[in-house]
Amino acid sequence: MAQIFAYIVHKEGTPDDTAVELREAAKKIDSNADVTAIVFGSGVDAVCNQLTESYKEVWKIDNAGLAYPNAEVIRRALVSILPPDCIFLAPHDTFGMDLCPGLSIKLDSPQISDVVDIEGSEGNTLKVVRQEFSGMASTHVNCDISNGAVINIRPGSFQGEGVKGAGGQVVDKTGDAGDISESSRRYLEVVVAEVGDVDITKSEILVSVGRGIEDQDNLEIIHELAEAMGGDVSCSRPIVDAKWLEKSRQVGTSGQTVKPKVYLALGISGSFQHMGGIKGSPFIAAVNKNPKAPIFQLADVGVVADILEFVPELTEKIGESK
Amino acid sequence: MEILVCVKRVPDSSENEIEVNKDGSDIERDDLVYSVNEWDNYAVEEAIQIRDNVGGSVTVVTVGDDESEEVLRREMAMGADSGVLLSDDAFEGSDGKGVATILKAAVEKGKYDLIMTGAQADDGAAQVGGMLASMLDLPYASLVNKIEVIDDKKIKVGREIEGGNQEMSEIDLPCVLSIQTGINEPRYVGIRGIRKVASVEIPTYGSSDLGLAADAVGAAGAKVKRLDYFVPEMGEGAEMLEGSNEEIMEKLIELLKAKGGIK
Amino acid sequence: MESALISPAKFFLFGLFPTAILSFLIPVIGITVFVYIIVKRLAPIILANPDFRFDRIPERVKRVLVLWLAQYKQPRYMLAGVLHILIFAGFIVLSIRSISLVVLGLSETFVFPGLGLFDGAIGHIYNVFKDYAATMVLIACLIAGVRRGYFKPARYSVPEKYGKDHTGEAVFVLGLISLLMISESLFEAAAVAANQGEGIAGETPAPLSLAWFLTLMLTGASQSSLQGVHIVSYYIHDLTFFFFLCFLPLGKHFHVITSILNVFFMKLDKGTIKPVKWGVDDSKLDELESFGVKKFEDFTWKNVLDFYSCADCGRCSDQCPANAVGRPLSPRFITIKARDYAFKNYPLKGNFIKSDSLIGTIYDEDEIWSCTTCGACEEECPLAIEYIDKIVDLRRGMVDEGTVPQSLQKPLKALEKRGNPYGKMEKKRAEWTTVLKKEEEIEVKIVGQKETTDTLYFVDSITSYDDRIQEIGKATARVLNAGGVDFGILGPAEKDSGHEVRRFGEEMLFMDLKEQNTEAILGSGAKQIVTADPHAYNALKKDYKDLPPVEHICETIHRMIKDGKIKLQAGDDNGAVYAYHDPCYLGRHNEVYDIPRDVIDSIPGIKRIDMDKCRDRSFCCGGGGLMLFYEPIEEKRMGQIRVEMAREAGADVIVTSCPFCMVNIEDAIKTSGLEGKMTAIDIVELIDRHMVK
Repeated sequence: MAQIFAYIVHKEGTPDDTAVELREAAKKIDSNADVTAIVFGSGVDAVCNQLTESYKEVWKIDNAGLAYPNAEVIRRALVSILPPDCIFLAPHDTFGMDLCPGLSIKLDSPQISDVVDIEGSEGNTLKVVRQEFSGMASTHVNCDISNGAVINIRPGSFQGEGVKGAGGQVVDKTGDAGDISESSRRYLEVVVAEVGDVDITKSEILVSVGRGIEDQDNLEIIHELAEAMGGDVSCSRPIVDAKWLEKSRQVGTSGQTVKPKVYLALGISGSFQHMGGIKGSPFIAAVNKNPKAPIFQLADVGVVADILEFVPELTEKIGESK
Repeated sequence: MEILVCVKRVPDSSENEIEVNKDGSDIERDDLVYSVNEWDNYAVEEAIQIRDNVGGSVTVVTVGDDESEEVLRREMAMGADSGVLLSDDAFEGSDGKGVATILKAAVEKGKYDLIMTGAQADDGAAQVGGMLASMLDLPYASLVNKIEVIDDKKIKVGREIEGGNQEMSEIDLPCVLSIQTGINEPRYVGIRGIRKVASVEIPTYGSSDLGLAADAVGAAGAKVKRLDYFVPEMGEGAEMLEGSNEEIMEKLIELLKAKGGIK
Repeated sequence: MESALISPAKFFLFGLFPTAILSFLIPVIGITVFVYIIVKRLAPIILANPDFRFDRIPERVKRVLVLWLAQYKQPRYMLAGVLHILIFAGFIVLSIRSISLVVLGLSETFVFPGLGLFDGAIGHIYNVFKDYAATMVLIACLIAGVRRGYFKPARYSVPEKYGKDHTGEAVFVLGLISLLMISESLFEAAAVAANQGEGIAGETPAPLSLAWFLTLMLTGASQSSLQGVHIVSYYIHDLTFFFFLCFLPLGKHFHVITSILNVFFMKLDKGTIKPVKWGVDDSKLDELESFGVKKFEDFTWKNVLDFYSCADCGRCSDQCPANAVGRPLSPRFITIKARDYAFKNYPLKGNFIKSDSLIGTIYDEDEIWSCTTCGACEEECPLAIEYIDKIVDLRRGMVDEGTVPQSLQKPLKALEKRGNPYGKMEKKRAEWTTVLKKEEEIEVKIVGQKETTDTLYFVDSITSYDDRIQEIGKATARVLNAGGVDFGILGPAEKDSGHEVRRFGEEMLFMDLKEQNTEAILGSGAKQIVTADPHAYNALKKDYKDLPPVEHICETIHRMIKDGKIKLQAGDDNGAVYAYHDPCYLGRHNEVYDIPRDVIDSIPGIKRIDMDKCRDRSFCCGGGGLMLFYEPIEEKRMGQIRVEMAREAGADVIVTSCPFCMVNIEDAIKTSGLEGKMTAIDIVELIDRHMVK
């Protein structure tokens, strides 16, 4: 079996959750494989040390020029350090999408993106699960990995323990990475989104609130829940009409059409316009007082409850479960 | 600026109920309606706006069958100057790399300063743009939601990154960009606009016109193959959670976690 | 006639200068200037697009008699209306006198043709009329002046973004009119007072008229003073008269001249939409270079006449629901801004200015998309100025340029691809009937290739696909079934009627839908079409051609009740009070007001009231069809205001007869926090509920 590498996204000295998920995914490709983590960055020792818990080997490419990850630079470095025909795993996030398609060409390996599950491998064939049409249809995909593969994993899809006690060691590969200066694409800055400027069409988790919230002061419980879930707050039209939330957060045919992975509708009865804005969402959970609320027709899971009581309790429970 | 935009004809998930057919070999295509991939449409609008500002031309190209001509005409009605159809039986079954290979051959037939694709498609894998750039050895940026032309050598681009933040970079021309939705407000194309370009000649290039080797594209060259379609479990109407509050919450949290609803 | 004073025709100023020269010059100069101005004003009319308005002359004459001469719409605003009628009537009466006066300045023996008949008896009678007319006009002007200048009704105020206040112009014109009345009366009074002083018998002013009072005041004055007053007042009148004439085409008082023409050429068929270009057949539309109104010259000549005719009275905007909820649309300024633009680009002096795109200069996109085409403005306008056709033409222009809001692009594309704005599958269009068959054994047949039908129920998109509105479809099927009607639906072959597609400016898409529907309808063999959707009703009736007769379901129900086909019984509604909300496209655009009320009233024991704003003054619920997708800038929702009105009237239940009204009103009940206190029901659902089964 080919050697497996995992690209580690990290922030503020800590590996992203995907570090564990990639390890979990690697296990599904080959349960016995020793997996190598690759960390690019500037001053990444802390990150690398944390990774030794689950990865047998951690390759470190540490350079002040890598303080901000530039996909072009990292792609070039990866081509220098990766062995031929290896399997390279990365999260299917905005960096992975920038890095990987081109990398696969340079490595002359096939690429499979946005993988939600791995069924296993047989010889040189790896069988994975992807989704198409905003998750309305799933597909099994076979990939010939005789020349290795670049595989992007959908964040959150590979839940599990990963590997513990791997007792890995950190190897400094900075010297092998070649020239790591920027050339044709030069990073300038990150423009941070203004508060209240959230693009809910890009959110993966939406905690959406409707008329059932009754009063502006009650919105606090929704924000708290969204924070606990790591999602964004969206709403139905009455909330915007009442000017309790910005227009940019309104879901529906007259607002935004959203396609999150999870849509939690709280106190939204499901007006015809609202439903039009969420039909593409793969998983909809609804909480509403009224058991006949039309939202339950569209939702996958429903709870009949008063959100004013239900939500604070749910927030607490999620906090405990983390 | 000479701009090439790669577009694709797809079943639009907002206008279709995607259903898997009985044997799972495909989605139910009888009642599907197709349109230009939404991301590509933003790319074409952006190209038109750049052309209108700095001059040049916009060419739209697609890999597909004869029916794909429809989307080329729609984009030409929008304002693209010309269209090119890349069509050949040998192209069928191409994976992302195959499509990128075909497009690369088409790019090399012309001289372009800027090549754009949509960031992704509903039935795709968000990979063709990046692959094409690497094949051409051109700089690349994905998920682009802002373009500012600096001069004829370089442009400034914004990429959409996590949390709605925007990563700004300077990038040399020629380059390949994959465009994210929301970068602009695409103009409306009515039936009248399409009729106006109904008789414009659209050249079609096949495998031999592009000088492609038979095993580089199509099913023969594909290392990534879709085996089937199946329906991720989803029920009719909501499954109503019942029991004590405690039980309900536990079940809900479990479901939310399983679906990626708790980060 | 013997007179103690020298008339203006014979008078010599300082004994040297014959004032007859003034009597000649003033009219000649006045008329020359007036003709010059009118010619300049005609330029944009001549350059404008064609408009076919020379047909159905008797009908047009009737409109002139009713709307122009009888001022039929005026009393809808009582005080302003009555004042206007008084001034207008006075003008009509005094026009003879004014013309006579002009000629009298040259020939002192002139008698207006006809007034000399029966030994001058007609003239005497006329003089009584004109004395009182002048008095009446003066009093009306004084009241109007105080009203405009002091009380300043809100209706006339001009928001800063739309331009300048015109109170000054209004008061100035009232002053001019008053001056005309006073000078005319003074001219007469001086002569009468002089004659009385000399003991010459003659005509005296009508008692208590303005001239009569002035005569009293002048009695006893010296002959020379009276001579002075006589001559001076004559020329004040003469000058004012011609100044006024030339002043009219410079502003809102142009309507004094154009209104008769504007009413004559008015749109005769409500609910219709003008063709893309008059005189261009549908099949030739592809050859048109451009669609709709983009530049000022794309308007039709009648549109320009509309702009000239606007009296800036603000009634349209006062009734406009979009304006009421704070959308950026005020119909009055659609007209006034265009008029000012025409005045600016076609100046009286200097060259014409090349015009720009109207959107972005005088109008903005949201302004034009904000209109629900409810027709309240047109219903109100005393001068029959049109708005909907212009809005539609401006939208056609925007659609042609591609400037369509994203929120409307999706449904338009879905309509193109799927024949409904929701992008739902064609084959699911008849799915709502399956429950009826399963649970109630009511079979709704799908007509087309094999089956035919006597009555075709045209369902339209919202009723076919929306969960809530499907209930209206089911109720319609139950009622038709109970009434023994042989009916069917087109099912998947039915497309959206395209009513809003057309009104949102996408003519070619509308034509496509129309063609597909027409073919399907004619293929069904139906002899009669019925629909429960007023938008579909209006489309099939007014926008389509050569179809079998179309009825709204309430008309069908009305007949079925009359014929005893269905029987109604009292319901168990705890004495609820019902208010009927007139949908714009059943009411104003098709004038079906009484039938739905009769239908409701035929339910035994039902208690029905009307809201203040009802029938032709009904307040739009927020708009139907594509309007549901448009995201307007507004402070409040129309539906909320409507629900508020119903509540004030004391209603518990709002009955409507339109699916879109149902969506908007039910939504408004929720958003107004009136759930549990008020409900909405469609008239078909109401009948279904009260039917003896």
